[in-house]
Amino acid sequence: MEAAVFILSLVDCCALIFLSVYFIITLSDLECDYINARACCSKLNKWVIPELIGQALATVLMLVSMHWFIFLLNLPVASWNIYRYVKVPMGNMGVFDPTEIHNRGQLKSHMKEAMIKLGFHLLCFFIYLYSMILALIND
Amino acid sequence: MMSNGGFSSRNGASGPSYINGPFQNPITIHPSTQGYIVAQPSSTMTQSKAPLLPAPDNYNFKLCQQATPVSLYQSPSASSMPIRPPEGCSEPFAPSQPAACNHRMLLLPTSQSSSTPPVSNSFCQNLHQPISRQYEGHTHVGNAVNPNPALGSSLTSMAYSLGTPTPLFFGNASQSPGPPPASASNLPVPGPNAANAVPQTSNQLDRKLYGTPPAVGSPADMGASPPLRPPGLLVSSVLPPPLADQNEAGPYPPQAGQMSKPAGTAYPSLEPGYQGIEGIPKPLPVHPPTPLYGFPPQQYQQPSVGPAQLSPSLSALSLQSQTPEALRVVNLLQERNILPPGPVPAPTPCLPQDLQKLNCSPEVFCSTLTSIPQTQALLNKAKLPLGLLLHPFKDLSQLPVVMSSSIVRCRSCRTYINPFVSFLDQRRWKCNLCYRVNDVPEDFMYNPVSRSYGEPHKRPEIQNATIEFIAPSEYMLRPPQPAVYLFVLDVSHNAVETGYLDVVCQSLLESLNSLPGDTRTKIGFITFDSMIHFYNLQEGLSQPQMLIVSDIEEIFLPTPDSLLVNLNECKELVRDLLKSLPQMFTKTMETHSALGPALQASFKLMSPTGGRVSVFQTQLPSLGVGALNSREDPNQRASAKDVQHLSPATDFYKKLALDCSGQQVAVDLFLLSGQYCDLATLGCVSRYSAGSIYFYPSYHSQHNPAQTERFQKDLKRYLTRKIGFEAVMRIRCTKGLSIHTFHGNFFVRSTDLLSLPNINPDAGFAVQMSIEENLVDMQVVSFQAALLYTSSKGERRIRVHTMCLPVVNSMSDIFAGADVQAITGLLASMAVDRSVTASLSDARDAMTNAAIDSLISYRTSVLTIQQPGLLAPACLRLFPLYILALLKQKAFRTGTSTRLDDRVFAMCQLKYQPLMYLMLMIHPSLYRLDNLTDEGSLNINDCTIPQPGMLQLSVEKLNSEGAFLMDTGSEMYLWVGRNCNPTFLKQVLGVQNYATLPLNMNRLPELDTAESTRTRAFISWLREQRPFYPLLHIVRDESPLKASFMQNMIEDRTESALSYYEFLLHVQQQVSK
Repeated sequence: MEAAVFILSLVDCCALIFLSVYFIITLSDLECDYINARACCSKLNKWVIPELIGQALATVLMLVSMHWFIFLLNLPVASWNIYRYVKVPMGNMGVFDPTEIHNRGQLKSHMKEAMIKLGFHLLCFFIYLYSMILALIND
Repeated sequence: MMSNGGFSSRNGASGPSYINGPFQNPITIHPSTQGYIVAQPSSTMTQSKAPLLPAPDNYNFKLCQQATPVSLYQSPSASSMPIRPPEGCSEPFAPSQPAACNHRMLLLPTSQSSSTPPVSNSFCQNLHQPISRQYEGHTHVGNAVNPNPALGSSLTSMAYSLGTPTPLFFGNASQSPGPPPASASNLPVPGPNAANAVPQTSNQLDRKLYGTPPAVGSPADMGASPPLRPPGLLVSSVLPPPLADQNEAGPYPPQAGQMSKPAGTAYPSLEPGYQGIEGIPKPLPVHPPTPLYGFPPQQYQQPSVGPAQLSPSLSALSLQSQTPEALRVVNLLQERNILPPGPVPAPTPCLPQDLQKLNCSPEVFCSTLTSIPQTQALLNKAKLPLGLLLHPFKDLSQLPVVMSSSIVRCRSCRTYINPFVSFLDQRRWKCNLCYRVNDVPEDFMYNPVSRSYGEPHKRPEIQNATIEFIAPSEYMLRPPQPAVYLFVLDVSHNAVETGYLDVVCQSLLESLNSLPGDTRTKIGFITFDSMIHFYNLQEGLSQPQMLIVSDIEEIFLPTPDSLLVNLNECKELVRDLLKSLPQMFTKTMETHSALGPALQASFKLMSPTGGRVSVFQTQLPSLGVGALNSREDPNQRASAKDVQHLSPATDFYKKLALDCSGQQVAVDLFLLSGQYCDLATLGCVSRYSAGSIYFYPSYHSQHNPAQTERFQKDLKRYLTRKIGFEAVMRIRCTKGLSIHTFHGNFFVRSTDLLSLPNINPDAGFAVQMSIEENLVDMQVVSFQAALLYTSSKGERRIRVHTMCLPVVNSMSDIFAGADVQAITGLLASMAVDRSVTASLSDARDAMTNAAIDSLISYRTSVLTIQQPGLLAPACLRLFPLYILALLKQKAFRTGTSTRLDDRVFAMCQLKYQPLMYLMLMIHPSLYRLDNLTDEGSLNINDCTIPQPGMLQLSVEKLNSEGAFLMDTGSEMYLWVGRNCNPTFLKQVLGVQNYATLPLNMNRLPELDTAESTRTRAFISWLREQRPFYPLLHIVRDESPLKASFMQNMIEDRTESALSYYEFLLHVQQQVSK
């Protein structure tokens, strides 16, 4: 059972890592002018909700399997994702807004955020991996 | 309309079809030539190179053929210009000779109207042929340009001897060497007809040719040539340097980060020999000067910053041995009269005089800090915002226009050559933005102004910081679009009730002939209430046909071809429509307004061509997509709590605006309403499509005649002002500086590229900058704004402004160079952003803190002697006053009842207006008018204009015995005191006494008295300084407008805001904490 939880989280985590990488690549494309703001934002906005769900899933999994430490580790990121999504002003076209992204250093902060998330997911990946192996051995 | 028989007969047959049919096809079939597709993967570009190679041949061949009947360039004073004998063209010129002469220059006063007198397209076409052929010569025939200057100069001398000395239009001489390579050199070059084109003698100024700009080609030609592709791609295969075609519209604008960094780029590393031998370069010599061929290449008088250049404060010390005026310490609490008598002058950057003389006018391009701090840390310490304010499309009385075979640009950062580059030697120039060393092209060695060879630094590009290029075809992503105007009119009951339709139709009827455009100009109309009405205006109909689409959920165009029609061909129908339109809806009972679907319909109609959509709306949209609900709570208008609903309610209008922007459509919004209209949401459609917003609160043609007059005047200006289509603007700055925030109406397409479907002369922009790399070793930095647009005549043009500013490393120099007006303007834009993203109170605090922080910083790091009081440098003495004025502005005030739409409109204006008008809006000018004298008056055109001093905006300056004029930019108030001087009442206002002064008086009677003449001269002089027409309200104590007059008295205390003195005390308290 325990192993199954971690295998699931591991898969989830992999998806999140890929997503973070995708975010970083797309944002840096925008930074380098290979893509225009409109296209970039519509690409990225599509993946905001999947990311949110993926992160929430991992958090909930940890909660129900009562891994408190990992749960608490995941909780801030999950709540940040939800907060960010809820806080989008009504007139904006999503978390990434093409008319705003070049203003006030938003592009940089989005980039930073994606980087931090990538680091976090990598950390989680190894934790899940370790826990999974531990769980398999214990079985 | 002038016409050329030969040409029109050629094009006559294909004319209509060209407009309505096939013309659109290349565009619709290849939508990839437009908009966002710009970002294509680079692989396509390289892959397509080889197969594309033959294309230019074909393409240019068409060009040549097309241009066959083109006449010679004719100046308006053509009679004085000897016509080139035909033999001149067939003079043998070896194709290997340098292309020294195929550029022509025009230095023309371009007046504010769209008339660009002698720059006819025929000239343009003539010009392009030799160029294209020469490129072919390079690539296919393999004739390299011979870099032998001797040959070049001999060529030039020949050209010179052939030329005729006309004082104003340069470059007649170059006409001869232009075409010959084709005809005489026996090269297998296509287009031998071109040679015939030149000698055609004609006095006809072939304006018709505007209709077919170089890249278009007639429909028949189109069919023969390969499908139209973005010329950017096309040219990349022609020009040897792979970077050469990276223009504003190009697929891959190069990144500053990718530039090669030349080692050791201490900026003014010129050899001593180059440094200002005579120092000051001559202003453009108008008369052909003496031939200068014999000069050795070392003779450069490039204005340059010597390494030994003194820092501003040092130079000030050495020159005057005292602090400069800008740094004089002012104790704001003691000095009461801080307003200058006239307009506040912009500070002059502390540059060597020869550089400063060339610098861009501060009205067009200015920086908040005219001395750029060396590091970001220093900038942070100074607590002043760093940014640029631009008015790039300003109507200029004199603008040099250059038509050159190739536009010289830096190969790595694509900067246009400008007065602040340095010439290392005769053959190389160093870019002042990225410091790359570039070659001087052969053409550039020839100076058409002086008709001399080997003096690249005397060319107009090097002598003018503001210059306009007529762009060759590689600057086009598609054929230049025609001027297209679509009017979208609200005809619901509410709209008809206001009576605005009459005004619009009347103004349009009057201006129909002066709409900027050419023979291709198109016009269309849509009206809407709960349904959308289209008007079929196709030629041949006896009267306009109204087509009603009631399905607003899924909007479609009933007859896509005949809704936008050629204005010249269908003028009668358009007139009929405009005459009958106001009567058509008088009985309507429809109260709904389906603005969203109407906008979608306009977008569909306009997207094949691009152009301008003018939307007139009188109420909150209530049907279909984009319907809105009222969000304003009237009881909250005066609350001191935070103002809600400053951000849009839906993203529909924003998305639509971005779609429009992608298809080069701009939407201008005229909002005429008594009710809340949610400008915050509706405004998005203009803000992101680079449109303009006009707002007439409580508009009613009967009840509010003053508003009606303003609407009329604004419309007249709006319809006739210059316009640029499918524009992009790129702002480049010296490596190390970067732009991080943009303010204005546009869409930021990529890091430094603004997409502007339309550009108009009344649009201002602002950007904020940060210093990313330390600017050590640099004496100066430069900024360049390049605006690429299609003129209403279908010409692609580039207007380039370059500004050069010194770099300093001391706090006192930074403060000495602060431009208080620009800082205020930029802060206002930043505060608008802040109030939308955070809250209004946040924005207000931020503005107050900006004043406090900068004064603290001044006190701690510049002042050596601490004195009591509130100390400010003289250049910033107006800063607290302006901040207070901003806090009391409609946009940011709290406590006073302000309608949400008024507030949002004021915010739009703060972001959109050019600085000079913005300052009047923030801090109006007050003059006393009842005692005008001729003392110190200006004399313009035999007209004496008195110059009364500017008064502080305080009731204490008012006097019941006087009459005072307040100029707020868009409106003027003439306040007449109760006990006003009876002579003034009689002689100027034409009334017997104060009691008989009418309550709503909007103009001064034209009386034949000295006082009246003076007053009217002064007011009309004020009006002439701006493009829009400020209304004059004559206000007496009982007038309803007295409140609007009095609320501009910003130095006084109101129940909810501090007086100026109190504000100063507050600032002082914070500063001395």
